Amino acid sequence: MSTAAAHIEEDHGHHHKETFITKYVFSQDHKMISKQYLITGLFMGIIGIAMSLLFRLQLAWPEQPFGVFEVLLGKWAPDGVMDPNVYLALVTIHGTIMVFFVLTAGLSGTFSNLLIPLQIGARDMASGLLNMISFWLFFLSSVIMVTSLFVEAGPAAAGWTIYPPLSALPQAQPGSGTGMTLWLVSMAIFIASSLLGSLNYIVTVINLRTKGMSMTRLPLTIWAFFVTAIIGVVSFPVLLSAALLLIMDRSFGTSFFLSDIFIQGEVLHYQGGSPVLYEHLFWFLGHPEVYIVLLPALGITSEIIATHARKPIFGYRAMVASILAIAFLSTIVWGHHMFISGMNPFLGSVFTFTTLLIAIPSAVKAFNYITTLWKGNLQLNPAMLFSIGLVSTFITGGLTGIILGDSTLDINVHDTYFVVAHFHLVMGISALYGLFAGVYHWFPKMFGRMMNKNLGYLHFWVTAVCAYGVFFPMHFIGMAGLPRRYYTNTAFPYFDDLADINVLITVFALVAGAAQLVFLYNFIHSMFYGKETVQNPWRSNTLEWTAPIEHFHGNWEGEIPHVHRWAYDYSKPGHEEDFVPQHISLKKGEEELQH
Amino acid sequence: MWISFAIIFFVQTVTQALLHYFSYKYRGEKGKKALFYADNEKLEMIWTIIPVITLAGLILYGLYTWTDIMTVEENDEALVVELYAQQFNWKARYAGDDGVLGDANVRFLQDFDGKNLVGIDATDPNGFDDVVVQELHLPVGREVIFKMRSQDVLHSAYMPHFRAQMNCVPGMITEFAFTPNKTTEEMRQDPDVVAKVKSINKIRFEKSKELVASGDVALDPYEFDFLLLCNKICGASHYNMQMKIIVESSEEYAKWMAEQQTFAEVIQ
Repeated sequence: MSTAAAHIEEDHGHHHKETFITKYVFSQDHKMISKQYLITGLFMGIIGIAMSLLFRLQLAWPEQPFGVFEVLLGKWAPDGVMDPNVYLALVTIHGTIMVFFVLTAGLSGTFSNLLIPLQIGARDMASGLLNMISFWLFFLSSVIMVTSLFVEAGPAAAGWTIYPPLSALPQAQPGSGTGMTLWLVSMAIFIASSLLGSLNYIVTVINLRTKGMSMTRLPLTIWAFFVTAIIGVVSFPVLLSAALLLIMDRSFGTSFFLSDIFIQGEVLHYQGGSPVLYEHLFWFLGHPEVYIVLLPALGITSEIIATHARKPIFGYRAMVASILAIAFLSTIVWGHHMFISGMNPFLGSVFTFTTLLIAIPSAVKAFNYITTLWKGNLQLNPAMLFSIGLVSTFITGGLTGIILGDSTLDINVHDTYFVVAHFHLVMGISALYGLFAGVYHWFPKMFGRMMNKNLGYLHFWVTAVCAYGVFFPMHFIGMAGLPRRYYTNTAFPYFDDLADINVLITVFALVAGAAQLVFLYNFIHSMFYGKETVQNPWRSNTLEWTAPIEHFHGNWEGEIPHVHRWAYDYSKPGHEEDFVPQHISLKKGEEELQH
Repeated sequence: MWISFAIIFFVQTVTQALLHYFSYKYRGEKGKKALFYADNEKLEMIWTIIPVITLAGLILYGLYTWTDIMTVEENDEALVVELYAQQFNWKARYAGDDGVLGDANVRFLQDFDGKNLVGIDATDPNGFDDVVVQELHLPVGREVIFKMRSQDVLHSAYMPHFRAQMNCVPGMITEFAFTPNKTTEEMRQDPDVVAKVKSINKIRFEKSKELVASGDVALDPYEFDFLLLCNKICGASHYNMQMKIIVESSEEYAKWMAEQQTFAEVIQ
């Protein structure tokens, strides 16, 4: 056993006197940190969704003044009509917040923190201090990002991808001044937070597993979080480098990304740089990033579907292999975002090849989920419904990836609503469903109470219908040639017949937004007034349910349970109960499933 | 594309049907027990190999087409046209009789009192016969090789009807080529286009009624034209950066070209 684990073992009898600050604010306990990530992520999500509703209103009724614009956007909506620059700022910050702050930190940060120590049988993360620092860096980056909204010339508005020169030159766009600077500072701090968190997760999984918890007995959640952390460590630093080079171009006169520019009546001094370099550096993170978002959601889904189907996850080994294959392949497909960037077409061929390869492990996962449901004993509670919903949107969104990943077909749909439909379904909605499923499922573990089931059903059904209602029609308007990031479509009579579809999408979006209020109400209300939970409300096999309901440092009184079997002995023949937790020894003559 | 769509439509239907059917059929009831069925290597093999073969087929077909589209061979027959993108409009520059575009760079933009619209280098003789316009005319049936430039930020030349798109990158010349095979007139007669124009004009007519009622001027009826639009976020008026493209017979094209001024004439 490593010294870190030995040291923490000795601590278990030691109850430190906790103040409000050390328990709730500067906590080093992974369970409290996971709740901090969740609440910050949800708060940022509210802002991100609100922004999307604002720009959806603009798109559906482009010439209509809206009182709500005047109230929320102030000088950016004179007479209630949205300013085009702020439209671009809204889509930019919406994307940034949702991808990074909600679906990376809010998803990984919450569930990796909550579940890694508890599911592997560890007292806490390898370093509670680094863990605390990583949360507070995330919090700081969130504060800075929100602050950037209030800057005089407006926040960053060059798309969440912030390609230079647009993002480098305030003369090209007002938001590329201070707003962009704050965006870069926020993201640099965010990346630091993410790296610290990832390092902790990796070290903890490798070093602090309890006796008997071999890698092949790990629940799929842990495999997912572990591999996600590795991808993060490999790819986030490259985004940081892109951001640093951009800062240098913006503030120190370098020409990494800029060359031969004439703007606002003058020739700028930059020579020799290329925006395409930025695109490579950005997407080297950008593509793995979407798997950093998705893999935890897939891991959570594996866990929830198995538990609530009362059946082992089908193809555990294939599922692990898929996670590893996706992780590896995700680092060599980034150019599919750049097919028409002007890069050498030969690169396009290479990336088409690798991109269509990555469809294979993803398909295998989807088939395995469906087979897990087959002949199961399905408990269709909200967590389960969201997990099944994830499989559905993952398939729909993933399949359109096959169109987009084919460079030839991408020529016509790149940067249209077809792309918007694809990534929202496969990442936005799927990962969000993973977040919801995880919250419904592990709420009793986090807060000792149950969420309201009926509100959960309402939340699920309205969201599920509206999510498809918002994003499915976008495939059609994208194929019809409608570009994304357009403030309005009325400048082209050619798009006039798509206006009704835009209205339909917005209506679904507004209803979907309202449905999230049901979730928020349920979440907050249940935290204080929800029905108190029992020890193992879902009759689940994994170790977190063996830890007492009341939280304390060290997770288990006395010794940590030892593990004797994998996590998926549900409905195993030869057992009276339809589940056999991991810490239960094998019966005489019982065989463990070999992996 | 249709093959890809057919395949994904098939997979979508089968998987979604199974997913939803199983969710319904196997919903839990008291006394039911699930089947302890944890893996099946053969099944995993099957549903790995089949996607591999299908995707390999799609990849090969796609790559063959991609190489075909993206290989631009310089040749004497092709029309060479520069598409020049800036915040927030397009200009097109024809290479003229010599078929060669004159050198150009943004640092020449301020020469000649702002008449040098795309920054042609006046010391390069190839540029003298270049023609700069704000409406793109193309002769039908002749390959056109576009050389794209940008004056300021990233833009993208998106011509949806030609299934063409290529980013315009400041500091770099990107290229894309195709051969228009239908004139604007022919497109206007195409039944799908006729139907679309009709439905658009119906909407515009309704809208005009509202506008006139509130004292505004009515909308012009829509007539089909090929379009060039910007498809890479470039700032406030990204949504309104367009240029009309007209595909016409070689005679009409020649007649139009004869009316345009060359660079040499402009800077006189």
